[in-house]
Amino acid sequence: MSAPESNTASSSGSGPEQEPGLDPGTAEELEQERAREATGPVGDAAVDTAGRLAKALHQTMSSPWTVSVGAVLLAIAAGSIMIAFTNDGVQEASAYFFARPLDTFVALGQAIGGAYSALFRGSVVNLQATDFVTAIRPLTETLSYATPLIAAGLGVALAFRAGLFNIGGQGQMLVAAAAAGWVGFGVSGVPFPLHLLMALVAGIAAGALWAGLAGLLKARTGAHEVIVTIMLNYVAFYLIAYLLATPGLLQAPGSSNPKTPPTPESAQLPPLLGDRFNLTWGFVLALLAVVGVWWLLNRSSAGFSFRAVGENPRAARVAGIDTGRATVSSMLVAGGLVGLAGASQVLGGVTTGFSSDIDAGIGFDAITVALLGGSSPWGVLAAGILFGAFKAGGTTMQAAEGVPSDIVLVVQSLIVLFIAAPPLIRAIFRLPDPNRRRAPKKKPKATRNRKEAAA
Amino acid sequence: MSADHMTTQLDAPLSETTRTVTVVSWKTAGVLLSVTVLYALLLVAVPHSGDTRFLLSQRSDFFQIPVIVVPAVAFAWVCGAILLAVTAAVVVLTARGTRTPLWLVSLFVLAGLTGFLAWAGAGSPRDLSIVGLLGGAVLWSVPFVYGALGGVIGERAGVVNIAIEAQLLGAAFTAAVVSSITGSALAGLVAAVVAGALVSLVLGLFAITYHVNQVIVGVVLNVLVVGLTSFLYSQVLVPAAETLNSTTRFSAIPIPILSDIPVLGPVLFRQPALIYLMFIAVPAVWYALNRTKWGLRLRAVGEHPKAADTVGIDVVRTRYNAVLVAGAVAGLGGAFYTTVQLSQFGENMTGGAGYIALAAVIFGKWDPIRAAFAGLLFGFASNLQNVLSVVGSPVPSQFMLMIPYVVTLLAVAGLVGRSRPPAASGEPYIKG
Repeated sequence: MSAPESNTASSSGSGPEQEPGLDPGTAEELEQERAREATGPVGDAAVDTAGRLAKALHQTMSSPWTVSVGAVLLAIAAGSIMIAFTNDGVQEASAYFFARPLDTFVALGQAIGGAYSALFRGSVVNLQATDFVTAIRPLTETLSYATPLIAAGLGVALAFRAGLFNIGGQGQMLVAAAAAGWVGFGVSGVPFPLHLLMALVAGIAAGALWAGLAGLLKARTGAHEVIVTIMLNYVAFYLIAYLLATPGLLQAPGSSNPKTPPTPESAQLPPLLGDRFNLTWGFVLALLAVVGVWWLLNRSSAGFSFRAVGENPRAARVAGIDTGRATVSSMLVAGGLVGLAGASQVLGGVTTGFSSDIDAGIGFDAITVALLGGSSPWGVLAAGILFGAFKAGGTTMQAAEGVPSDIVLVVQSLIVLFIAAPPLIRAIFRLPDPNRRRAPKKKPKATRNRKEAAA
Repeated sequence: MSADHMTTQLDAPLSETTRTVTVVSWKTAGVLLSVTVLYALLLVAVPHSGDTRFLLSQRSDFFQIPVIVVPAVAFAWVCGAILLAVTAAVVVLTARGTRTPLWLVSLFVLAGLTGFLAWAGAGSPRDLSIVGLLGGAVLWSVPFVYGALGGVIGERAGVVNIAIEAQLLGAAFTAAVVSSITGSALAGLVAAVVAGALVSLVLGLFAITYHVNQVIVGVVLNVLVVGLTSFLYSQVLVPAAETLNSTTRFSAIPIPILSDIPVLGPVLFRQPALIYLMFIAVPAVWYALNRTKWGLRLRAVGEHPKAADTVGIDVVRTRYNAVLVAGAVAGLGGAFYTTVQLSQFGENMTGGAGYIALAAVIFGKWDPIRAAFAGLLFGFASNLQNVLSVVGSPVPSQFMLMIPYVVTLLAVAGLVGRSRPPAASGEPYIKG
């Protein structure tokens, strides 16, 4: 670990075009540059432009965006290695690698290129399509996969900001789905927008109450929210399993499978772009939720108290904030957001009836989404769409190239991991560190000393 | 139980004396009362009739205890009466300002559990095997206990170990592959330990060296390992299932003499070696943490890294050390899945056990022995399902399965209360 560390130290601040080895020539240049800086703008225009260019380049290379791009590249590289090692074509070709090495590289290119182009084809634009609708369809698929991820991610992120770790997304989604579904097919005779609204409200309220229970237990008794939310996941799971297996509750009439009847048309989220796409108005609701959470966190006094409690509960209490109330209400809002995810699954995603796996792991994915999004609403939106793209593309990749979509999990988690560790990315790509711009001033002197010693 | 009993000291600056006010919380009483009410409701709402047959001994025991047949309803109500009496006693004690003694709570739990089992097994022609109930609980608790020990070691050194799930799953995978190739369960176990430590190394690299938020690293590692093992499973293990995914398992080793004791023998002393190792590991971890130099340094780093650094303890090295040990211990738990429970690896086969182990860490208040008991409780909960399905209880099985988790909730809310993690847990140490 020490080797890359020293690389960063030596290369930081001295411009990205420079080799980390810092040969004497560059050291002299650096010294000249320092001299110019000391004497003021006396150098000729060309040098000045070069300096400015170098500065701009330095700023670009040390910006967080470059680090993010580096993280994505690294994660994709790791995914490529996994594909390469398990691809049959590559294995066959590598058996006679020394006889015809080119074959191995061709097979490698085919395997990796095929997988990632399928990922792209399934998530952004299908360039093989003949008409516009088919071409653009993957993008809408991405957004529909992203809808519950954004909503649930917001729920986890909001709880994070209030200092709470909400692992209970699964349970909150399950009860929300059950409530929304029950209002959906249990209530009849209500016209379209009203019925949908009722189902949505039921789902959000159920999610909010389920998470609020965890918040209440935390605030009242000090029970750790991690235990409480995990236990509530199991309670919700078995509760839904019971409701699904009992005729007259959630089970479809005349069926013995643990599955609900389909959601009636009057309670479904209408398609956003017409019937040819799966994308529903649920995505708009998720966007509204992003704006709502942004407003709540940054513009409202309730949000301020959430953040204050999250930053330092003791200081918040001293400042007169009711920490218990903040805990309960932040969990209520967080649960409502996760509930929106559950309701959008039932009312938009899976309308043909659902079973106890309706949460589809989104409750746990939401944690990663919230972390990648830095627990900020807009970050969650971006992270949710990225993960939605991975989900949509992963499905296509598995179908077209036979690469298991589990690889998407690996790439996703590596991206989050690398983005969280900028020093590592900087060390690997030899990017400069923005915080240590003036650090290597001593370096040239050291080099000169070495030179003197050598002479 | 310290949270029930808060001692507030009011300093009186003018007088010389310090007044001590003891506040006894009503939480315990409240929880006991609500459990009693729930119990009574269950008995009234779902009446049973018939007898319950408790099977205590097995054929090979020293002496045979006959099958105990109790009239279920009457017995359940007697237990209910005990619950009520204990609750009343606790109410009286709390009103007098006395703490609830532990034995009263234990009596309450025992009576409630026996009554519940009697009621659940009422009218069943099958015997309700107590040995099966308890022995299975010990067996099922293995990943939880090892995982919780790993969690305790990590957190006491100041590194939140949410990656227990990843360590369990990675270890289960590696143990399956190595045990299949070598044909030796022991080799699989060693590989599992190495795999757990490797996951820990990644955790340490990001959390300790790069100061990444430990919760992020943990959660992400869990996803990463699920993805990695599922990918390798479907790409590598499935095509070559016979050579790579059919493990050699540990067989149960009965300990002579001890294993013939009725009830206790088969429960504790007729188990695979991994379980005996667990019996040793729990006190060993406690001893190492509380009675050795290594443990003292580890705890110092977890409570106040700066102070530890000042007296010359290498914080980073101590934390790496602790995290690697934690991963290795959790890896032992992962080996359970493919060298004891099943003879093959399955996609995401741990199914959230790491999170349960995490709950056990917090439930056990970051103490290895308490955390192990919490793990045992969750093991009991997992096993209850098997026993009750054999007996064939008429209550919807989903509610039976839910009860352990509800009880945990009540216990955490009422009995354990506010739990305090090690002070520097989750905080990266940046020198200077």
